[in-house]
Amino acid sequence: MKNLEQTLANHPFFYNFPEEYLQRIAGQAQILQYKEGDVLFNEGGKADKFYLVIRGKVVLETYAPGKGAIILQTVEDGEMLGWSWLVAPYKYRFGARVNSMTEMIVINGEELRRQCENDPRLGYELMKRMVHAITFRLEQTRLLMMDVYANRANKK
Amino acid sequence: MIMEEITYNPITVETDPMIPAIYRVESFVNETADTFTITLSPSGKTDDDLAADEKQHNAEPGQFNMLYVFGMGEVPISISAGADETRLLTHTTRAVGAITKAMSALKVGDMVGVRGPFGSCWPVAEAKGKDVVLVAGGIGLAPLRPVILALLARRSDFGRVVILYGARTPKDIIFSEELKAWKKQPGIDLYVTVDRGTKAWRGSVGVVTRLIPQITFDPANTVAMLCGPEIMMHFTIDALQKRGLSGSKIYVSMERNMKCAVGLCGHCQFGQHFICKDGPVFTYERIAGLMRKPEI
Amino acid sequence: MQIIERTYLENLFDLLKASGYDLFGPVARDGAIVYDQIDHVSDMPIGWRDHQEKGTYRLEKTNEPSVFAYAVGPYSWKKLLHPAEHLLWKAQRTDTGFELVKDEAPQKRKPAFIGVRACELNAILIQDKVFIKGQAVDTNYQANRADAFIVAVNCTHPGGTCFCASMGTGPKVKDGFDISLTELIEGGKHYFIAEAGTEKGADILKQIPGRAASENEIEAEAEVLKQSAGKMGRKLDTTNIKELLYANADSPVWEEVAQRCLTCGNCTMVCPTCFCTTVEDKTDLTGQHTERWSKWDSCFSLDFSYIHGGNVRTSVKSRYRQWMTHKLAAWIDQFGTSGCVGCGRCITWCPVGIDITEELAAIRNNEKEKNNTI
Repeated sequence: MKNLEQTLANHPFFYNFPEEYLQRIAGQAQILQYKEGDVLFNEGGKADKFYLVIRGKVVLETYAPGKGAIILQTVEDGEMLGWSWLVAPYKYRFGARVNSMTEMIVINGEELRRQCENDPRLGYELMKRMVHAITFRLEQTRLLMMDVYANRANKK
Repeated sequence: MIMEEITYNPITVETDPMIPAIYRVESFVNETADTFTITLSPSGKTDDDLAADEKQHNAEPGQFNMLYVFGMGEVPISISAGADETRLLTHTTRAVGAITKAMSALKVGDMVGVRGPFGSCWPVAEAKGKDVVLVAGGIGLAPLRPVILALLARRSDFGRVVILYGARTPKDIIFSEELKAWKKQPGIDLYVTVDRGTKAWRGSVGVVTRLIPQITFDPANTVAMLCGPEIMMHFTIDALQKRGLSGSKIYVSMERNMKCAVGLCGHCQFGQHFICKDGPVFTYERIAGLMRKPEI
Repeated sequence: MQIIERTYLENLFDLLKASGYDLFGPVARDGAIVYDQIDHVSDMPIGWRDHQEKGTYRLEKTNEPSVFAYAVGPYSWKKLLHPAEHLLWKAQRTDTGFELVKDEAPQKRKPAFIGVRACELNAILIQDKVFIKGQAVDTNYQANRADAFIVAVNCTHPGGTCFCASMGTGPKVKDGFDISLTELIEGGKHYFIAEAGTEKGADILKQIPGRAASENEIEAEAEVLKQSAGKMGRKLDTTNIKELLYANADSPVWEEVAQRCLTCGNCTMVCPTCFCTTVEDKTDLTGQHTERWSKWDSCFSLDFSYIHGGNVRTSVKSRYRQWMTHKLAAWIDQFGTSGCVGCGRCITWCPVGIDITEELAAIRNNEKEKNNTI
């Protein structure tokens, strides 16, 4: 358990997270290894797990007829995968597929949600970090939207 | 006012800085669909002329030349070759306007006009004994390439070397063979990411700035050099400063409209700075007040 | 200091011509006093007066015998030193590529500028810093400037838009001239107090019949010039001007002036220190011969700041701000002095009457208000 707790504490998401809560979360967590091609979840699936990447690459993707797979981004070392487990209707918005040997922390999201309801302090600590991570993701997405490398001369 | 040493190769007063030298296209390589690399050699010169040329045209990383296409005009293009190649000038550019499009149709043996080199250099000497973080976006990898080659040539002079490169799609990655070779070099942390991935692309997908929390460097002893679209550099500076890197150790390459490249035409002014002679390489500290001011 | 009677002014012209100079000076033409080639004192606007206000310039012919009783007109000496267009080089195609065409060196002439005012002299020295004292030399300016003989005139009749006193550039010339003249007309006498600024100037002066100026005459000159300094049409407070403008890039004043500014660029054309140029490549119909020209450009043009498929300074506000901030503030960091010499041309020749001294005062006031609000 101590080892797992330490791994959690070392992950950037849980930086400075209160120790007693880390213990509790460790009780709901596992460290898992994935290989290239492993599908973590499909779009629309029940979002009951909270994934954090220790080391590796996970592809977030969706699909459009005629276009095939649309890759939104990769989630990498030190990042968290998503937040559908925390937001109703608790369904994965996109699919996640592992791109290379990846080590992840996998936390029982449903259980963690229940614990946050019962302990607002835990909920708040988690939310603070979640907001931070989502902001980071949103900023990245906006920068992507700006398409800064586009060749303006060829824009139609 | 912040005083700092800007390094540049001065234009000699004896020569008229507006008159180009004639160079010959020695090679032409298509890097991607719209980006190409040309190497130029001084044409029709005697050995004595060439020796004098070497002094005049020895370009440092970060500097640029004004390249002229007959009857069409000039464009400022950074050198993309190592400083060792003194006789040959190497430039990598994207075909975006009339002149670069005309350049993309050049063949080996064609001639172009060359004026330069102009501008301030990347702080390669300053980086000795320090960790070096290079962040390149799109065509921005080209002006940083001479730095990479300089770091590789004297690897033990520097601490950690981290290179981050973001391209639009996998097809837009330039110097792809070299990138593969650089990645294999010991002591080089190289990360390549694309904005838009493809099924076949096995690397990172996402903006280059998101890689910054992942990289290892000592913020108290690092020099960072950034080159790419201004917005990308702005977000990168943010991320580096969050990691504790000081604005005086972050160097950016700025661009503005240029006509003369020698501080006489007034076009390249960026606040009080002339990008052609006070830049294009600036410390972020020096221009922080200007960089995100709209329409400066 | 020497006295030259009015009748001997023509001798100055003769001596300069005999030394091989082409004379350029003020003439009244098309409703303004402009600079053109002249031969005799009588070519100059004798008895003319000017009335200048924002967006207004009028000439008035009087019967006075005064030779220099007016301020500056729309032309400045930059028309001769830094001409609106000049050829940089020519090239032609060859079998293997192309080559530069070696042209015959143009006929070098020696210009003498007659009637250079203190503001203008400062402007010339400022452009010297830009074009020949910098890292790179503008060879055309250098050629035009070399051997130029300057006969400066201290202003006795400053104009309605003048503010050289505020800028520390006049009305009396300090240095950079070969000969300076102050015209004095009083009690039936009409003479010039002349001073040599260089050996060249002294050589010419000593050949003109005259005598040393008396103490009274020198005092009279000082008094006249003191009065001139007090008759300026405008004032500009230069206290901390660089910091003020750098700190107020977001001042609402810019938006306000943008409602009026047409970005016509008149101010940059008449300004004696504005130096921006563009390059133009012209090719003949055969495509075999090409010429590269340098031409005046203005930061007010929309595509002055064109890059990456668009313009950096699109709004009128940003372009007016660029011009004024460069002129009054950035210039100091770039060249060690203000870029403005207080000649007032930009005020007079602005078709909508925008006044740089008013705008600067507005920025200052706005800053004071900003700091006074809680």
